[in-house]
Amino acid sequence: MQPTSLAFKQNAHRALADPALQQALGFARTGFQQKRADAAARLPEFEALRDAAKAIKDHTLAHLDLYLEAFERKVVEQGGKVHWARDDAEARAIVLRLCREAGARSVTKSKSMIAEEIGLNEALEAAGIARVETDLGEYIVQLAGQTPSHILAPAIHMTKSQVSQLFAKHHGTPPLDEPEALLGEARRVLRQRYFEADVGITGANFLVAETGSIVLVTNEGNAELTQGLPTTHIAIASIDKLVPTLDDACTLLRVLARSATGQEFSAYTTFLTGPRRAADLDGPKSFHVVLLDNGRSAMIGTELQDMLRCIRCGACMNHCPVYLATGGHAYGWVYPGPMGAVLTPSFIGIEQGRHLPSASTFCGRCEQVCPMRIPLPRMMRYWREQHFAGPSSPPVQRYATRLWAFAAKRAWLYQPAARLIVALLGAMGRRTGRFRRLPLAGGWTVSRDLPAPQGKTFQSRWRARPASRP
Amino acid sequence: MSQPHVALLVTCLVDLFRPSVGFAAVKLLERAGCRVDVPRQTCCGQPAYNQGDRADAVLIARQTIAAFAGYDYVVAPSGSCAGMLRKHYPALFDEASAEGAAARDLAARTFELISFLTDVRGIDAVEASLAARATYHDSCSGLRELGIREQPRRLLASVRGLQLDELPNAEVCCGFGGTFCVKYPEISTRMVSDKVADIEATGADLVLAGDLGCLMNIAGRLKRQGSRVEARHVAEVLAGDLDAPPIAAAR
Repeated sequence: MQPTSLAFKQNAHRALADPALQQALGFARTGFQQKRADAAARLPEFEALRDAAKAIKDHTLAHLDLYLEAFERKVVEQGGKVHWARDDAEARAIVLRLCREAGARSVTKSKSMIAEEIGLNEALEAAGIARVETDLGEYIVQLAGQTPSHILAPAIHMTKSQVSQLFAKHHGTPPLDEPEALLGEARRVLRQRYFEADVGITGANFLVAETGSIVLVTNEGNAELTQGLPTTHIAIASIDKLVPTLDDACTLLRVLARSATGQEFSAYTTFLTGPRRAADLDGPKSFHVVLLDNGRSAMIGTELQDMLRCIRCGACMNHCPVYLATGGHAYGWVYPGPMGAVLTPSFIGIEQGRHLPSASTFCGRCEQVCPMRIPLPRMMRYWREQHFAGPSSPPVQRYATRLWAFAAKRAWLYQPAARLIVALLGAMGRRTGRFRRLPLAGGWTVSRDLPAPQGKTFQSRWRARPASRP
Repeated sequence: MSQPHVALLVTCLVDLFRPSVGFAAVKLLERAGCRVDVPRQTCCGQPAYNQGDRADAVLIARQTIAAFAGYDYVVAPSGSCAGMLRKHYPALFDEASAEGAAARDLAARTFELISFLTDVRGIDAVEASLAARATYHDSCSGLRELGIREQPRRLLASVRGLQLDELPNAEVCCGFGGTFCVKYPEISTRMVSDKVADIEATGADLVLAGDLGCLMNIAGRLKRQGSRVEARHVAEVLAGDLDAPPIAAAR
């Protein structure tokens, strides 16, 4: 996927002017936040569970090499295969090779952000393999020729009527008003595709070292049909999805669903261990796990390690006022919202991704709701520091900051300068108490009046106060 | 400690734009039995810190730590600036160094004004009156970095004649965010417009907050939209200092 993160401002401008998108985001805001808050309130031990979940991931990351090898051993013992991919190109090549070996003409796919990260969809298309997305939101996004704008709800940027028009165009259906009718239509089309597919590709919410299992979470049951019906199942997952034991996976599942959708548990939670055994009634004949690094192991031991705790619940974006204003596409790459503001520079570089960590008020709601207690603002600040010191830092901003800091470090200079500016602005704004326009303040006055200073600094008034005070 | 010695961290916005908030803060602190001084100061360095200019943030923090040494408490009429000293200064220095220890010592002595009055000085009512319908905006740093939520509401409840209506979506940022509001003005405008709509929906004629950054943003947008809702720092109302016109209002 060609990133457009560098054009974040232009992307945001378009998004803010798109009434359908704004309407769709309005629904997102009210739904997700209230559901998470209610789910957290219903569980007295929710905060303790967050601590436990964090501890599990911290422990796993500290011993990741051991758990990865243990996981591979267990997968092989069950008759499956593990493929190691250093980067996106290797991962694509592995998946395409496995598809060719399976003689695949068509594949079904259940939602996987890793597939987006490695550009798998384009690669399958280029290889002439038909791909059908089986998650309803992903299916909608595929029909529209778009990419997901949210890691859980890929089509959250679209309204019901847009989806209805899309189905009318591609399926020739009459306009459908009810969500149930739209769902029924998608189900009718998808059902046949499940049976036709030669390979099923899924992601994985967790990888369990103890048993070599992968854990899949959906509300539509589509991942189960995707992995179980074709003869070959390929699960693609990044190395940070690992947990030591089944118990650990269950702890994480308890915070995942509550943080994501406010459910106690997702409608479908499936533990998959190896390919079909002799006595099994169904399941794939061959089972492959593609483990993707793509820069993650390099984050271990750095300022960014905490980010690898992320379980992709989406709570950070559901509570982010910037995400809820612009939607996910404005972020210009795979991962939107606060988690994207940290991950995008990690994966495509701070030069390309520099706007994302900068476009935050540091309001802290993401960290407040993150079930894994990832200090997202702290990591955005880390990226700001890298950018400030780097070659692409805009000179005007850098010099303005440095000039201000130069004065702020010298009270003998700062205070007279402040008195002068405040006196000038105070006199200019004396009558109205505010400015509608002011040179160099265009970013502010484009939509707000600037309050005029009262005319003297506090410190000059304080020092000039009558000597009666001690 | 019969009369604690308090240093006022004026905050650069109050120093430059609205000294009346500083005087209201001094009045409240003195009424709460404190001896107040104002050491020579500039800014806490948060603008540099948030821009990614860590080197300057460290230098400014060092100067602030020196300026505020020796006081029993450091109190700021801002959750944002108090949060900078409390939560971020210690992270700027090597934990094992003497500077790290000094930063932690300052952090432990630093408080936001309203929570200092309630939590440290045990104040639960003020002598003030104002006939108005008001609503209160929680600043993000006050709310989430310092856990300030109920304290200003408790003190405002003791202001005679004041009716306080809760602001819907009180947990949501107003879109100020320091330089964010001028670097990403369109997104900031959207956020402050939502905030202002929520304020208008309460029917209040006065919006109060504990941080001048949020207040300038909110008042500036209210004025631009021609709203009749006025904006003030909560300290002005609690101190009964209402001589200065509301923020961004004509004299």
